[in-house]
Amino acid sequence: MTTAPVDAGITDSARVTDSAPGTDSPDPMVPRRYAITKVREDTRDTFTLLLEPVDGPPLTFRAGQFTMLHAFGVGEVPISISGDPRGLDDDGNPAPLEHTIRNVGAVTRALVNAPPGTQVGVRGPFGTTWDVADAVGNDVVFVTGGIGLAPLRPAILDVLAERERYGKVLLLYGSRTPDDILYGAQMRRWADLNDVNVQRTVDNAPYGYKGRVGYVTELIARAGFDPRSAWAFVCGPEAMMRPAASSLTGRGVPASHIRLSMERSMKCGIGLCGHCQLRELFICVDGPVLDYARLEPLMNVREL
Amino acid sequence: MDDIRILAPSDLDTLIAELRERGFRVVGPTLRDETIVTGDIRSASDLPRGIGDIQEAATYRTRQRDDDAYFGFAAPAQSTKPVFFPSEEVVWRGKRDHDQGGHFTAERDTANASPVALLGVRSCDLRAVQIHDQVLAHRQFKDVHYTARRDGTLVIAVACGVPAATCFCASMGTGPRPAATDPQTGQPSYDLLLTEVIDGDTHHFVAEVGTDAGRDIADAVAASKGTAKDQAQAIDITNAAAASQTRAIDRNTVHDVLRASAESSRWEDVANRCLGCTNCTMVCPTCFCTTMSDVSDLAGENAERHRVWDSCFSANFSYIHGGPTRESLKARYRQWITHKLSSWEDQFGMLGCVGCGRCITWCPAGIDITEEAAALGRMSGLGSTASAAST
Ligand SMILES: Cc1cc2nc3c(=O)[nH]c(=O)nc-3n(C[C@H](O)[C@H](O)[C@H](O)COP(=O)(O)OP(=O)(O)OC[C@H]3O[C@@H](n4cnc5c(N)ncnc54)[C@H](O)[C@@H]3O)c2cc1C
Ligand code: SF4
Ligand code: SF4
Ligand code: FES
Repeated sequence: MTTAPVDAGITDSARVTDSAPGTDSPDPMVPRRYAITKVREDTRDTFTLLLEPVDGPPLTFRAGQFTMLHAFGVGEVPISISGDPRGLDDDGNPAPLEHTIRNVGAVTRALVNAPPGTQVGVRGPFGTTWDVADAVGNDVVFVTGGIGLAPLRPAILDVLAERERYGKVLLLYGSRTPDDILYGAQMRRWADLNDVNVQRTVDNAPYGYKGRVGYVTELIARAGFDPRSAWAFVCGPEAMMRPAASSLTGRGVPASHIRLSMERSMKCGIGLCGHCQLRELFICVDGPVLDYARLEPLMNVREL
Repeated sequence: MDDIRILAPSDLDTLIAELRERGFRVVGPTLRDETIVTGDIRSASDLPRGIGDIQEAATYRTRQRDDDAYFGFAAPAQSTKPVFFPSEEVVWRGKRDHDQGGHFTAERDTANASPVALLGVRSCDLRAVQIHDQVLAHRQFKDVHYTARRDGTLVIAVACGVPAATCFCASMGTGPRPAATDPQTGQPSYDLLLTEVIDGDTHHFVAEVGTDAGRDIADAVAASKGTAKDQAQAIDITNAAAASQTRAIDRNTVHDVLRASAESSRWEDVANRCLGCTNCTMVCPTCFCTTMSDVSDLAGENAERHRVWDSCFSANFSYIHGGPTRESLKARYRQWITHKLSSWEDQFGMLGCVGCGRCITWCPAGIDITEEAAALGRMSGLGSTASAAST
């Protein structure tokens, strides 16, 4: 009696069924095809995929949103869009869709190793947005580490597109080693041309490294911004976001001015598969970007 | 006055034939391998006539009744969930272009599914369908397969006269007699509601008409007129069924009890008993979690993406690169019961448990959701003392 009857009474023909009438209605689970135009190597394990739609117009998105990227026959994973929400490249031309992907397993490996011309499936964009415009008139602090800079890049570009409307803009960035620094040249440009206070640190450095060594949270303690009115946008592993958010509140930044992007297992991206649940939240539709005021009690319970 | 009809047992065949004639796929309780499951019904002989059931924690058995009741059992081992939401479903099929290695096409499948007539669906399971409507069809994004299958469903519900020992629908407010309307949509819950009456020599069904479609079917099978007395007799039967239930969850306090219990020491205790087998989620009529699986041929030219039932009890359910976010069994059990009895309400405006008792019956370790909820209520100090679990 130990096996529960799954669908014992349903006839075989009806079990693995195809969809019923109404097949013309768009199914958010069916991807659109995009062709890879270029794979750019950013670091030893991180690559940026540039994609053009095979049919139909390019998708529009807002900073913080992600897509479900499908490698044919391998699988599908959530990846944040890392390009400019205005859909333009640095020279103002229509830009391909950008995703910056760290090669960590089966699907990401298939994606970053695909030769240009390969088609991938794209669903989305899904999820909530950074909404940096809420910080207009105030200081803005971006806190991130490693690949976490990729999901924040569209938000940074949103601020830089209207740089004069914001106060101080800080980018506090941590990486494991100097070799893992993402978008290094671009961060220098932001510092030189856009008045962004970029501060970097590495967890581990080879002998003779001249830069700062230590955790990104240590940068928060010393950074110059007005904590009472500043807004902070934080993206990284939870083990980094938790101390980062508490240092920010420790300095007096209200929890409602801190936004984090949460990572959870995601199989659908549209609130149906249940995988991304964090108590009452479906991180795919209620997030990934959420207020720390909302997240703090949830992040403080282990394995919730 | 309500429109009440009387059906003789012999009318069941006419009813089923009529439904089939009208193009419905008739689905109802049927006996398979000594288990009452939900399956296709072609005639009244497919119904489990004269069969009863015995359900207890970790126990399911059918038994021979000493009468000819067609619906003389409680919730079937599986609910109607797989009818609209099969355990496995093709979401799209893809073909890789031979000459252009990286190209592929993605196609949705087309097949016409007949509208379903649910015959003999129980109050708990009917409520579970309404809950699934909210979860899968009334959201920003919809499960288009579910929505298509649910289109045009006809409901001929059967009120419960003999709950199992595991049933606690009365305490959840979901049975044994279904509410006339779906509280979320305001739509009628059923087209016809049958109550089986076996009293000495008489054996008949009191049929309460819920919609015009139900009236039309009742007319078509030439059901005779009933009276308010017949309806009162039907209500007596379900009242007695409700009174006979021994398990209960206090639905008014349970949301807050679970909310306050995230760090309870009870999780350790239950994790020592839980096997993580996922049975409870597989038989639960409201659980909706799924995963995707890619099925491709050896050459990798043809691939299909399947949506398959998943469970928050499976170790990989919460897997992200670096490890699952809910690694321990206590965290997984906490997710399950907290979702059912608390966060579901925040998400969808109702609890995610309809009191069908299946998770109790099919748990090999005999873990009882009512008992765990009561223990958490006591330990948190927020539970009602009326929570009558069997401890
Ligand atoms: C909202 C969001 C945004 C993200 N943005 C980025 C980004 O911009 N760049 C980036 O490099 N990574 C991002 N990730 C993480 C990325 O999704 C995972 O690294 C990726 O899923 C790993 O898959 P894999 O098969 O390569 O690795 P493996 O670790 O080998 O995973 C094996 C399998 O586990 C499953 N799995 C692992 N992680 C996840 C997950 N998060 N959701 C669902 N299934 C999973 C998949 O089925 C996968 O095939 C994001 C994740 C989320 C939730
Ligand atoms: S949690 Fe258990 S009792 Fe509640 S609906 Fe699911 S299977 Fe039935
Ligand atoms: S209890 Fe678990 S399997 Fe069931 S719906 Fe909730 S998260 Fe999904
Ligand atoms: S990813 Fe499926 S519900 Fe959120």
